[in-house]
Amino acid sequence: MQRRTLLQTGLALGSLSALAGCASLTSKAPAKAQVVVIGGGYGGATAAKYVRMLSDYKISVVLIEPNTTFISCPMSNLVLGGSKNLAQITTTYAALSSQHGVMVVHDRVASIDTQKKTVSLPNGTVIGYDKLVVSPGVDMNFDSVEGLQAANASGQILQAWKAGAETTALRKQLEAMPDGGVYALTVPEAPYKCPPGPYERASQVAHYFKQAKPKSKVLILDANPDVTSKAPLFKKYWADNYKDIIEFRPNHKVLAVDAKNSIIQFDIQESVRADVLNVLPAMRAGSIALQTGLANVNNRWCGINYQTFESLVAKDVHVLGDAILAAPAMPKSGHMANSHAKVAAAAVVAQLSDLSVNPTPFVTNTCYSYVSDKQVIHVASVHQYNAEEKTFKTVPGSGGLSAEANALEGTYAWNWAQNIWADTLL
Amino acid sequence: MTPPANLMTSWALALAALIGTTSAMAQDASTALHQRANAAMCANCHGSDGRTVKDSAVPAIAGLPRDYMIAQMKAFKEGSRPATVMHQIAKGFSDAQIASMADYFAAQKR
Repeated sequence: MQRRTLLQTGLALGSLSALAGCASLTSKAPAKAQVVVIGGGYGGATAAKYVRMLSDYKISVVLIEPNTTFISCPMSNLVLGGSKNLAQITTTYAALSSQHGVMVVHDRVASIDTQKKTVSLPNGTVIGYDKLVVSPGVDMNFDSVEGLQAANASGQILQAWKAGAETTALRKQLEAMPDGGVYALTVPEAPYKCPPGPYERASQVAHYFKQAKPKSKVLILDANPDVTSKAPLFKKYWADNYKDIIEFRPNHKVLAVDAKNSIIQFDIQESVRADVLNVLPAMRAGSIALQTGLANVNNRWCGINYQTFESLVAKDVHVLGDAILAAPAMPKSGHMANSHAKVAAAAVVAQLSDLSVNPTPFVTNTCYSYVSDKQVIHVASVHQYNAEEKTFKTVPGSGGLSAEANALEGTYAWNWAQNIWADTLL
Repeated sequence: MTPPANLMTSWALALAALIGTTSAMAQDASTALHQRANAAMCANCHGSDGRTVKDSAVPAIAGLPRDYMIAQMKAFKEGSRPATVMHQIAKGFSDAQIASMADYFAAQKR
Protein backbone atom coordinates (compact mmCIF):
# COMPACT_ATOMS: atom_id res chain seq x y z
CA MET A 1 0.00 0.00 0.00
CA GLN A 2 2.67 2.42 1.11
CA ARG A 3 4.92 1.25 -1.68
CA ARG A 4 2.31 1.92 -4.32
CA THR A 5 1.81 5.44 -2.96
CA LEU A 6 5.52 6.06 -3.21
CA LEU A 7 5.61 4.82 -6.79
CA GLN A 8 2.75 7.09 -7.75
CA THR A 9 4.36 10.08 -6.11
CA GLY A 10 7.62 9.27 -7.84
CA LEU A 11 5.87 9.45 -11.19
CA ALA A 12 4.06 12.64 -10.29
CA LEU A 13 7.34 14.19 -9.25
CA GLY A 14 9.01 13.30 -12.53
CA SER A 15 6.42 15.12 -14.58
CA LEU A 16 6.31 18.00 -12.12
CA SER A 17 10.02 18.77 -12.03
CA ALA A 18 9.95 19.15 -15.80
CA LEU A 19 7.43 21.93 -15.35
CA ALA A 20 9.03 23.54 -12.31
CA GLY A 21 11.80 25.13 -14.32
CA CYS A 22 9.48 27.40 -16.23
CA ALA A 23 7.12 28.04 -13.33
CA SER A 24 8.08 31.65 -12.94
CA LEU A 25 7.85 32.39 -16.65
CA THR A 26 4.43 30.97 -17.35
CA SER A 27 1.33 30.40 -15.30
CA LYS A 28 1.00 26.86 -16.60
CA ALA A 29 -0.08 24.57 -13.83
CA PRO A 30 -0.46 20.79 -13.75
CA ALA A 31 -3.94 19.31 -13.72
CA LYS A 32 -3.13 17.50 -10.52
CA ALA A 33 -0.77 17.83 -7.57
CA GLN A 34 -0.80 15.85 -4.40
CA VAL A 35 -0.59 18.98 -2.27
CA VAL A 36 -1.71 22.44 -3.35
CA VAL A 37 -0.75 25.36 -1.10
CA ILE A 38 -2.63 28.65 -1.37
CA GLY A 39 -0.63 31.65 -0.18
CA GLY A 40 3.14 32.14 -0.16
CA GLY A 41 3.65 34.07 3.08
CA TYR A 42 5.46 32.81 6.18
CA GLY A 43 2.84 30.04 6.56
CA GLY A 44 2.26 28.83 3.01
CA ALA A 45 5.83 29.01 1.73
CA THR A 46 7.07 27.10 4.79
CA ALA A 47 4.33 24.49 4.35
CA ALA A 48 5.28 24.00 0.69
CA LYS A 49 8.96 23.57 1.51
CA TYR A 50 8.40 21.29 4.50
CA VAL A 51 5.90 18.98 2.75
CA ARG A 52 8.69 18.44 0.23
CA MET A 53 11.41 18.03 2.86
CA LEU A 54 9.45 15.86 5.31
CA SER A 55 8.33 13.55 2.50
CA ASP A 56 11.94 13.20 1.32
CA TYR A 57 10.83 15.03 -1.83
CA LYS A 58 8.29 12.34 -2.76
CA ILE A 59 5.10 14.38 -2.50
CA SER A 60 4.48 16.90 -5.28
CA VAL A 61 3.58 20.45 -4.25
CA VAL A 62 2.11 23.38 -6.16
CA LEU A 63 2.23 26.77 -4.42
CA ILE A 64 -0.15 29.46 -5.67
CA GLU A 65 0.78 33.04 -4.74
CA PRO A 66 -0.07 36.22 -6.67
CA ASN A 67 3.01 38.23 -5.63
CA THR A 68 6.22 37.49 -7.51
CA THR A 69 8.41 38.36 -4.52
CA PHE A 70 8.09 37.79 -0.77
CA ILE A 71 8.19 41.10 1.08
CA SER A 72 8.43 40.51 4.82
CA CYS A 73 5.99 42.22 7.16
CA PRO A 74 8.36 41.68 10.11
CA MET A 75 11.13 44.30 9.67
CA SER A 76 8.94 46.43 7.36
CA ASN A 77 8.54 49.03 10.12
CA LEU A 78 12.28 49.65 9.76
CA VAL A 79 11.58 50.92 6.24
CA LEU A 80 9.24 53.50 7.78
CA GLY A 81 11.93 54.40 10.33
CA GLY A 82 14.45 54.76 7.50
CA SER A 83 17.12 52.28 8.62
CA LYS A 84 16.24 49.63 5.99
CA ASN A 85 14.84 49.71 2.47
CA LEU A 86 12.30 47.43 0.83
CA ALA A 87 14.94 45.48 -1.13
CA GLN A 88 16.60 44.42 2.14
CA ILE A 89 13.40 42.70 3.32
CA THR A 90 12.51 41.10 -0.02
CA THR A 91 13.22 37.48 -1.08
CA THR A 92 12.30 35.69 -4.31
CA TYR A 93 10.47 32.37 -4.65
CA ALA A 94 13.15 31.01 -7.00
CA ALA A 95 14.79 28.67 -4.47
CA LEU A 96 11.49 26.98 -3.60
CA SER A 97 11.45 25.78 -7.21
CA SER A 98 15.14 25.23 -7.85
CA GLN A 99 16.14 23.81 -4.48
CA HIS A 100 12.96 22.09 -3.37
CA GLY A 101 11.03 21.26 -6.53
CA VAL A 102 7.95 23.24 -5.50
CA MET A 103 6.01 24.39 -8.53
CA VAL A 104 5.27 28.07 -7.91
CA VAL A 105 2.32 29.52 -9.81
CA HIS A 106 2.02 33.30 -9.58
CA ASP A 107 -1.70 33.78 -9.75
CA ARG A 108 -4.80 34.31 -7.65
CA VAL A 109 -7.20 31.54 -6.75
CA ALA A 110 -10.68 32.10 -8.14
CA SER A 111 -12.40 29.31 -6.21
CA ILE A 112 -11.98 26.09 -4.25
CA ASP A 113 -14.26 23.07 -4.63
CA THR A 114 -13.76 21.06 -1.44
CA GLN A 115 -16.11 18.29 -2.70
CA LYS A 116 -14.33 17.67 -6.00
CA LYS A 117 -11.01 18.62 -4.32
CA THR A 118 -9.99 21.14 -6.96
CA VAL A 119 -8.65 24.70 -7.04
CA SER A 120 -9.54 26.98 -9.96
CA LEU A 121 -7.47 29.88 -11.24
CA PRO A 122 -8.99 32.97 -12.90
CA ASN A 123 -7.88 31.75 -16.36
CA GLY A 124 -9.94 28.59 -15.97
CA THR A 125 -7.08 26.25 -15.03
CA VAL A 126 -8.26 23.57 -12.61
CA ILE A 127 -5.78 21.86 -10.27
CA GLY A 128 -6.80 18.75 -8.36
CA TYR A 129 -5.36 17.98 -4.92
CA ASP A 130 -5.20 15.18 -2.39
CA LYS A 131 -4.49 17.71 0.34
CA LEU A 132 -4.99 21.47 0.29
CA VAL A 133 -3.15 23.93 2.53
CA VAL A 134 -4.81 27.34 2.83
CA SER A 135 -2.63 30.11 4.24
CA PRO A 136 -4.24 33.32 2.99
CA GLY A 137 -3.20 35.62 5.84
CA VAL A 138 -5.58 38.41 6.80
CA ASP A 139 -7.68 40.74 4.75
CA MET A 140 -8.12 44.35 5.78
CA ASN A 141 -11.84 44.86 6.39
CA PHE A 142 -12.00 48.37 4.96
CA ASP A 143 -15.79 48.34 5.26
CA SER A 144 -15.40 48.42 9.06
CA VAL A 145 -14.46 52.13 8.78
CA GLU A 146 -16.69 54.49 6.83
CA GLY A 147 -14.84 56.23 4.01
CA LEU A 148 -11.69 54.14 4.35
CA GLN A 149 -12.10 52.00 1.22
CA ALA A 150 -12.10 55.03 -1.08
CA ALA A 151 -9.41 56.87 0.90
CA ASN A 152 -7.15 53.83 0.68
CA ALA A 153 -7.81 53.27 -3.00
CA SER A 154 -6.85 56.87 -3.75
CA GLY A 155 -3.64 56.47 -1.73
CA GLN A 156 -4.57 59.17 0.80
CA ILE A 157 -4.95 56.93 3.86
CA LEU A 158 -2.67 53.92 3.91
CA GLN A 159 -2.55 50.78 6.05
CA ALA A 160 0.92 49.47 5.04
CA TRP A 161 0.14 46.46 7.26
CA LYS A 162 0.84 44.25 4.29
CA ALA A 163 4.38 45.23 3.41
CA GLY A 164 5.04 46.41 -0.13
CA ALA A 165 4.08 49.44 -2.19
CA GLU A 166 2.11 50.96 0.70
CA THR A 167 5.18 50.74 2.96
CA THR A 168 7.17 52.88 0.54
CA ALA A 169 4.24 55.24 0.01
CA LEU A 170 3.75 55.76 3.75
CA ARG A 171 7.44 56.49 4.18
CA LYS A 172 7.10 59.16 1.47
CA GLN A 173 4.12 60.71 3.28
CA LEU A 174 6.22 60.89 6.47
CA GLU A 175 9.13 62.44 4.58
CA ALA A 176 6.83 65.03 2.99
CA MET A 177 5.23 65.98 6.32
CA PRO A 178 6.52 69.33 7.64
CA ASP A 179 8.27 69.50 11.02
CA GLY A 180 5.64 70.12 13.67
CA GLY A 181 3.15 67.86 11.94
CA VAL A 182 1.18 64.97 13.46
CA TYR A 183 1.24 61.31 12.38
CA ALA A 184 -1.80 59.39 13.67
CA LEU A 185 -1.84 55.59 13.82
CA THR A 186 -5.05 53.80 14.72
CA VAL A 187 -5.03 50.29 16.19
CA PRO A 188 -8.03 47.97 15.75
CA GLU A 189 -9.48 45.80 18.51
CA ALA A 190 -7.51 42.58 19.12
CA PRO A 191 -7.16 40.07 17.56
CA TYR A 192 -5.30 41.57 14.63
CA LYS A 193 -2.14 40.55 12.80
CA CYS A 194 1.10 41.21 14.74
CA PRO A 195 0.04 42.40 18.22
CA PRO A 196 3.21 44.47 18.96
CA GLY A 197 3.41 45.77 15.38
CA PRO A 198 1.59 49.09 15.85
CA TYR A 199 3.75 50.04 18.83
CA GLU A 200 6.92 49.12 16.98
CA ARG A 201 5.70 51.27 14.09
CA ALA A 202 4.99 54.21 16.40
CA SER A 203 8.51 53.79 17.83
CA GLN A 204 10.07 53.72 14.35
CA VAL A 205 8.24 56.85 13.21
CA ALA A 206 9.18 58.58 16.48
CA HIS A 207 12.82 57.58 15.94
CA TYR A 208 12.70 59.15 12.48
CA PHE A 209 10.98 62.32 13.76
CA LYS A 210 13.52 62.68 16.57
CA GLN A 211 16.35 62.80 14.00
CA ALA A 212 14.69 64.64 11.13
CA LYS A 213 11.75 66.70 12.43
CA PRO A 214 11.82 66.86 16.23
CA LYS A 215 8.80 69.15 16.66
CA SER A 216 6.51 66.49 15.16
CA LYS A 217 4.16 64.13 17.04
CA VAL A 218 3.14 60.48 16.89
CA LEU A 219 -0.39 59.88 18.08
CA ILE A 220 -1.46 56.28 18.81
CA LEU A 221 -5.24 55.97 18.81
CA ASP A 222 -5.94 52.50 20.15
CA ALA A 223 -9.30 50.72 20.20
CA ASN A 224 -7.96 48.55 23.02
CA PRO A 225 -7.84 49.60 26.70
CA ASP A 226 -4.02 49.45 26.76
CA VAL A 227 -0.99 48.65 24.61
CA THR A 228 -1.78 45.03 23.64
CA SER A 229 1.76 43.58 23.68
CA LYS A 230 4.97 44.26 25.64
CA ALA A 231 3.18 47.24 27.23
CA PRO A 232 5.60 48.03 30.10
CA LEU A 233 8.63 47.74 27.79
CA PHE A 234 7.21 50.01 25.10
CA LYS A 235 5.94 52.56 27.63
CA LYS A 236 9.28 52.67 29.44
CA TYR A 237 11.21 53.22 26.21
CA TRP A 238 8.76 55.89 25.06
CA ALA A 239 8.97 57.73 28.39
CA ASP A 240 12.78 57.63 28.32
CA ASN A 241 13.30 58.43 24.62
CA TYR A 242 10.19 59.80 22.91
CA LYS A 243 8.51 61.63 25.79
CA ASP A 244 7.57 64.71 23.78
CA ILE A 245 6.88 62.83 20.56
CA ILE A 246 4.63 59.80 21.27
CA GLU A 247 1.21 60.15 22.84
CA PHE A 248 -0.82 57.02 23.55
CA ARG A 249 -4.61 57.30 23.75
CA PRO A 250 -6.55 54.09 24.65
CA ASN A 251 -10.22 53.27 23.95
CA HIS A 252 -10.32 54.98 20.57
CA LYS A 253 -12.40 52.89 18.21
CA VAL A 254 -12.47 54.34 14.71
CA LEU A 255 -15.87 54.76 13.06
CA ALA A 256 -15.08 56.86 10.00
CA VAL A 257 -12.44 58.83 8.17
CA ASP A 258 -12.75 62.14 6.35
CA ALA A 259 -9.87 62.01 3.90
CA LYS A 260 -10.54 65.47 2.46
CA ASN A 261 -10.11 67.17 5.84
CA SER A 262 -7.68 64.55 7.20
CA ILE A 263 -9.91 63.74 10.17
CA ILE A 264 -10.58 60.48 12.05
CA GLN A 265 -13.90 59.99 13.87
CA PHE A 266 -14.38 57.68 16.87
CA ASP A 267 -17.37 56.01 18.49
CA ILE A 268 -17.10 57.97 21.76
CA GLN A 269 -13.96 60.11 21.82
CA GLU A 270 -13.52 63.43 20.05
CA SER A 271 -12.42 63.48 16.41
CA VAL A 272 -8.75 63.91 15.61
CA ARG A 273 -7.11 65.81 12.77
CA ALA A 274 -3.60 64.80 11.73
CA ASP A 275 -1.22 65.39 8.82
CA VAL A 276 -0.54 61.74 8.04
CA LEU A 277 -3.28 59.21 8.80
CA ASN A 278 -2.37 55.53 9.08
CA VAL A 279 -5.61 53.68 9.74
CA LEU A 280 -5.59 49.95 10.47
CA PRO A 281 -9.08 48.55 10.04
CA ALA A 282 -10.43 45.37 11.63
CA MET A 283 -8.92 42.23 10.12
CA ARG A 284 -10.28 38.82 9.19
CA ALA A 285 -9.14 35.66 7.41
CA GLY A 286 -8.17 36.20 3.76
CA SER A 287 -11.08 36.41 1.33
CA ILE A 288 -10.58 32.94 -0.23
CA ALA A 289 -11.19 31.43 3.23
CA LEU A 290 -14.40 33.42 3.67
CA GLN A 291 -15.55 32.65 0.14
CA THR A 292 -15.00 28.91 0.65
CA GLY A 293 -16.80 28.87 3.99
CA LEU A 294 -13.65 27.95 5.90
CA ALA A 295 -14.01 30.98 8.18
CA ASN A 296 -16.62 29.27 10.33
CA VAL A 297 -15.97 31.38 13.46
CA ASN A 298 -18.08 34.56 13.20
CA ASN A 299 -17.42 34.46 9.46
CA ARG A 300 -14.04 35.88 10.43
CA TRP A 301 -11.52 33.21 11.48
CA CYS A 302 -11.04 29.56 10.47
CA GLY A 303 -11.66 26.89 13.09
CA ILE A 304 -9.16 24.03 12.95
CA ASN A 305 -8.15 20.77 14.60
CA TYR A 306 -5.01 22.05 16.33
CA GLN A 307 -3.25 18.67 16.17
CA THR A 308 -3.25 18.64 12.35
CA PHE A 309 -4.44 22.15 11.38
CA GLU A 310 -7.22 20.49 9.39
CA SER A 311 -10.28 22.66 8.84
CA LEU A 312 -13.28 21.84 11.01
CA VAL A 313 -15.58 22.24 8.01
CA ALA A 314 -13.73 20.74 5.03
CA LYS A 315 -11.93 17.40 4.87
CA ASP A 316 -8.35 17.33 3.55
CA VAL A 317 -8.11 21.12 3.83
CA HIS A 318 -5.51 22.45 6.31
CA VAL A 319 -5.60 26.12 7.32
CA LEU A 320 -2.73 27.90 9.05
CA GLY A 321 -1.17 31.24 9.89
CA ASP A 322 -3.01 34.47 10.68
CA ALA A 323 -6.30 33.15 9.23
CA ILE A 324 -7.00 30.59 11.97
CA LEU A 325 -8.91 31.05 15.18
CA ALA A 326 -5.78 31.10 17.31
CA ALA A 327 -5.41 28.96 20.43
CA PRO A 328 -5.30 30.95 23.71
CA ALA A 329 -2.25 33.26 23.97
CA MET A 330 -1.13 32.36 20.46
CA PRO A 331 -0.28 35.55 18.51
CA LYS A 332 -0.88 36.12 14.81
CA SER A 333 2.76 36.41 13.75
CA GLY A 334 5.08 35.35 10.94
CA HIS A 335 7.12 33.21 13.32
CA MET A 336 3.96 31.48 14.51
CA ALA A 337 2.74 30.91 10.93
CA ASN A 338 6.11 29.29 10.11
CA SER A 339 5.66 27.05 13.18
CA HIS A 340 2.04 26.18 12.26
CA ALA A 341 3.23 25.23 8.79
CA LYS A 342 5.61 22.59 10.11
CA VAL A 343 2.93 20.92 12.24
CA ALA A 344 0.52 21.01 9.29
CA ALA A 345 3.13 19.77 6.81
CA ALA A 346 4.03 16.84 9.07
CA ALA A 347 0.33 15.95 9.43
CA VAL A 348 -0.18 16.15 5.65
CA VAL A 349 2.86 13.95 4.99
CA ALA A 350 1.77 11.45 7.66
CA GLN A 351 -1.77 11.19 6.30
CA LEU A 352 -0.65 10.83 2.67
CA SER A 353 1.93 8.20 3.63
CA ASP A 354 -0.22 6.02 5.93
CA LEU A 355 1.87 7.07 8.93
CA SER A 356 0.57 8.15 12.33
CA VAL A 357 0.00 11.83 13.11
CA ASN A 358 2.26 13.44 15.73
CA PRO A 359 0.38 12.94 19.04
CA THR A 360 2.15 15.80 20.82
CA PRO A 361 3.12 18.66 18.48
CA PHE A 362 4.38 21.92 19.93
CA VAL A 363 5.11 25.35 18.46
CA THR A 364 7.38 28.20 19.44
CA ASN A 365 7.21 31.94 18.91
CA THR A 366 9.65 34.82 19.22
CA CYS A 367 8.56 38.35 18.29
CA TYR A 368 11.21 41.04 18.19
CA SER A 369 10.26 44.73 18.11
CA TYR A 370 12.66 47.52 17.21
CA VAL A 371 12.09 50.54 19.42
CA SER A 372 14.87 52.47 17.62
CA ASP A 373 17.14 51.56 14.69
CA LYS A 374 19.23 49.35 17.03
CA GLN A 375 17.39 48.78 20.31
CA VAL A 376 15.08 45.78 20.48
CA ILE A 377 12.63 44.10 22.87
CA HIS A 378 11.15 40.61 22.50
CA VAL A 379 8.36 38.35 23.67
CA ALA A 380 8.78 34.56 23.42
CA SER A 381 6.48 31.61 24.10
CA VAL A 382 6.24 27.82 23.78
CA HIS A 383 2.86 26.21 23.09
CA GLN A 384 2.30 22.49 23.68
CA TYR A 385 -0.63 20.58 22.15
CA ASN A 386 -2.91 19.26 24.90
CA ALA A 387 -4.72 16.13 23.67
CA GLU A 388 -7.38 16.22 26.41
CA GLU A 389 -8.38 19.80 25.75
CA LYS A 390 -7.66 19.56 22.01
CA THR A 391 -5.83 22.88 21.94
CA PHE A 392 -2.37 24.39 22.35
CA LYS A 393 -1.51 25.71 25.80
CA THR A 394 1.52 27.75 26.80
CA VAL A 395 3.92 25.67 28.88
CA PRO A 396 3.85 26.97 32.49
CA GLY A 397 7.07 28.72 33.44
CA SER A 398 8.24 29.10 29.84
CA GLY A 399 8.45 32.17 27.64
CA GLY A 400 8.83 35.79 28.65
CA LEU A 401 10.01 39.25 27.71
CA SER A 402 13.26 41.19 27.47
CA ALA A 403 14.31 42.79 30.75
CA GLU A 404 14.73 46.06 28.84
CA ALA A 405 15.46 47.33 25.34
CA ASN A 406 18.99 46.40 24.28
CA ALA A 407 21.29 46.43 21.27
CA LEU A 408 22.38 42.78 21.54
CA GLU A 409 18.84 41.73 20.68
CA GLY A 410 18.98 44.21 17.82
CA THR A 411 21.69 42.03 16.29
CA TYR A 412 19.77 38.86 17.04
CA ALA A 413 16.55 40.27 15.61
CA TRP A 414 18.09 41.00 12.23
CA ASN A 415 19.74 37.55 12.24
CA TRP A 416 16.40 35.99 13.19
CA ALA A 417 14.97 37.60 10.05
CA GLN A 418 17.74 36.24 7.83
CA ASN A 419 17.33 32.74 9.23
CA ILE A 420 13.54 32.59 9.14
CA TRP A 421 13.50 33.94 5.57
CA ALA A 422 15.92 31.16 4.65
CA ASP A 423 13.91 28.56 6.58
CA THR A 424 10.73 29.70 4.82
CA LEU A 425 11.99 30.25 1.27
CA LEU A 426 15.50 28.97 0.61
CA MET B 1 36.59 -17.46 18.68
CA THR B 2 33.58 -15.37 17.96
CA PRO B 3 32.42 -13.74 21.18
CA PRO B 4 28.86 -14.72 22.09
CA ALA B 5 27.78 -11.07 22.17
CA ASN B 6 28.52 -10.66 18.47
CA LEU B 7 26.75 -13.89 17.66
CA MET B 8 23.73 -12.60 19.54
CA THR B 9 23.85 -9.35 17.60
CA SER B 10 23.91 -11.05 14.20
CA TRP B 11 21.07 -13.32 15.27
CA ALA B 12 19.08 -10.37 16.51
CA LEU B 13 19.65 -8.51 13.26
CA ALA B 14 18.65 -11.51 11.14
CA LEU B 15 15.58 -12.01 13.27
CA ALA B 16 14.64 -8.36 13.07
CA ALA B 17 14.97 -8.49 9.29
CA LEU B 18 12.73 -11.54 9.15
CA ILE B 19 9.98 -10.24 11.39
CA GLY B 20 10.34 -6.61 10.30
CA THR B 21 6.68 -6.18 9.46
CA THR B 22 5.25 -3.24 7.57
CA SER B 23 3.56 -1.94 10.71
CA ALA B 24 6.82 -1.89 12.65
CA MET B 25 8.51 -0.05 9.80
CA ALA B 26 5.63 2.37 9.59
CA GLN B 27 5.95 2.99 13.30
CA ASP B 28 9.65 3.78 12.91
CA ALA B 29 8.89 6.06 9.96
CA SER B 30 6.18 7.81 11.99
CA THR B 31 8.50 8.37 14.93
CA ALA B 32 11.20 9.73 12.62
CA LEU B 33 8.72 12.09 10.99
CA HIS B 34 7.49 13.41 14.34
CA GLN B 35 11.06 13.88 15.57
CA ARG B 36 12.02 15.81 12.45
CA ALA B 37 8.92 18.02 12.59
CA ASN B 38 9.46 18.77 16.28
CA ALA B 39 13.13 19.59 15.68
CA ALA B 40 12.03 21.95 12.89
CA MET B 41 10.71 24.27 15.63
CA CYS B 42 14.34 25.30 16.20
CA ALA B 43 14.83 26.12 12.51
CA ASN B 44 12.99 29.49 12.61
CA CYS B 45 16.03 30.96 14.37
CA HIS B 46 18.75 28.32 13.91
CA GLY B 47 18.16 27.51 10.23
CA SER B 48 16.59 24.56 8.38
CA ASP B 49 18.00 21.35 9.91
CA GLY B 50 20.08 23.58 12.18
CA ARG B 51 22.17 25.22 9.45
CA THR B 52 22.05 29.02 9.64
CA VAL B 53 22.74 31.60 6.95
CA LYS B 54 26.38 32.71 6.60
CA ASP B 55 27.81 34.88 9.43
CA SER B 56 24.73 34.42 11.59
CA ALA B 57 24.97 35.72 15.17
CA VAL B 58 22.38 33.07 16.08
CA PRO B 59 24.50 29.89 16.20
CA ALA B 60 24.04 26.90 13.91
CA ILE B 61 23.11 23.74 15.83
CA ALA B 62 23.52 21.09 13.11
CA GLY B 63 26.11 18.50 14.11
CA LEU B 64 26.33 19.57 17.75
CA PRO B 65 27.23 16.57 19.92
CA ARG B 66 24.14 15.16 21.61
CA ASP B 67 25.43 15.41 25.17
CA TYR B 68 26.69 18.96 24.63
CA MET B 69 23.29 20.13 23.41
CA ILE B 70 21.48 18.45 26.30
CA ALA B 71 23.89 20.06 28.77
CA GLN B 72 23.41 23.51 27.18
CA MET B 73 19.64 23.24 27.26
CA LYS B 74 19.82 22.24 30.92
CA ALA B 75 22.10 25.23 31.59
CA PHE B 76 19.61 27.56 29.84
CA LYS B 77 16.77 26.10 31.93
CA GLU B 78 18.65 26.48 35.20
CA GLY B 79 19.97 29.92 34.34
CA SER B 80 23.65 28.97 34.56
CA ARG B 81 24.11 29.90 30.89
CA PRO B 82 22.93 33.48 30.33
CA ALA B 83 20.78 34.18 27.28
CA THR B 84 18.45 36.74 25.74
CA VAL B 85 15.71 34.30 24.66
CA MET B 86 16.85 30.67 25.02
CA HIS B 87 16.44 30.57 28.82
CA GLN B 88 12.73 31.28 28.22
CA ILE B 89 12.30 28.87 25.29
CA ALA B 90 14.24 25.99 26.94
CA LYS B 91 11.84 26.02 29.89
CA GLY B 92 9.07 25.05 27.46
CA PHE B 93 10.66 21.69 26.60
CA SER B 94 10.62 18.42 28.56
CA ASP B 95 13.77 16.33 29.02
CA ALA B 96 12.42 13.82 26.49
CA GLN B 97 11.78 16.58 23.92
CA ILE B 98 15.28 17.97 24.44
CA ALA B 99 16.84 14.50 24.06
CA SER B 100 14.91 13.92 20.84
CA MET B 101 16.03 17.28 19.40
CA ALA B 102 19.63 16.64 20.49
CA ASP B 103 19.58 13.24 18.75
CA TYR B 104 18.21 14.83 15.59
CA PHE B 105 20.72 17.70 15.35
CA ALA B 106 23.68 15.49 16.30
CA ALA B 107 22.91 13.46 13.17
CA GLN B 108 22.81 16.51 10.85
CA LYS B 109 25.73 17.59 8.70
CA ARG B 110 27.26 20.88 9.79
